[in-house]
Amino acid sequence: MRIELLWWEGCPSTDRALSELRAALAELDLPDDVQLREIRSDDEAAAAAFTGSPTILINDVEMMAVLGRGAGDEPAGLNCRVYRRRDGRVAPTPDPEDLRDALVAARERTG
Amino acid sequence: MSVDIGERAPEYTLPDTAGDGWSLTGDGTAPTVLVFTCNHCPYALAWHDRIADAARDYADSRVRFLAINANDAERYPRDSYEAMQTRVAREDWPMPYLHDPTQEVARAYGAKTTPDVFVLDADGRLRYRGAPDSDYDDPGQEAAWLREALDAVLAGRDLERTQTTPVGCSIKWKQ
Repeated sequence: MRIELLWWEGCPSTDRALSELRAALAELDLPDDVQLREIRSDDEAAAAAFTGSPTILINDVEMMAVLGRGAGDEPAGLNCRVYRRRDGRVAPTPDPEDLRDALVAARERTG
Repeated sequence: MSVDIGERAPEYTLPDTAGDGWSLTGDGTAPTVLVFTCNHCPYALAWHDRIADAARDYADSRVRFLAINANDAERYPRDSYEAMQTRVAREDWPMPYLHDPTQEVARAYGAKTTPDVFVLDADGRLRYRGAPDSDYDDPGQEAAWLREALDAVLAGRDLERTQTTPVGCSIKWKQ
């Protein structure tokens, strides 16, 4: 499984997102092989369809899209990404349960 | 530029979403809370309800809360004046939402993030600057640092905590 975390320096959520991603990988007994990629410009954001930091790709698919919930009409750009916790609260990082479910779904798809 | 604790904050007048001008330091009779914020930052959104609740709770104490959006709307259209107006019309805001299109105010105050909170006493002196509380992810914090600062200012006491590190999205400066 290929996992990439795209981040932008203007948003302070990278460490927490990485920590929660690694915790989910450990919980699922998946290898901790997260690749970090910094997005530095609007051009890089557009090229990567980066709608905000952090964005987590699992086998090149954005993690919320893995769950059938994409970024909607969010424009690409250097932003902090808005996530929703399962209780509806706004958060700058994915709900850890969503993260785990996305990893499980991707693992099942790849066999 | 920035404002130091104890220093008189610079005076500006900014327009709210109805076009009315608001003095940032007030008329010398009540404390003012300035909150640099925006429409799309998850930190600003996560803290918004707590700050709004504080604005309602301190209204009887005549504390003025002023939210200010200074983000570059050219690169971030969701922070345009029109988007601010739409948001205020859609939501229940207990404070005016001011526009700082030149970013002059944000620079003068040294604002860094959304949110970034500045508490001024009735004389317009900066008494607290930083985050609303210690955890954007815990609504139970109820903007405790902001309330602690306001309680001290209203009681005429010195603050035990005058500065914390603002946490949030960087202000989107014009390039």
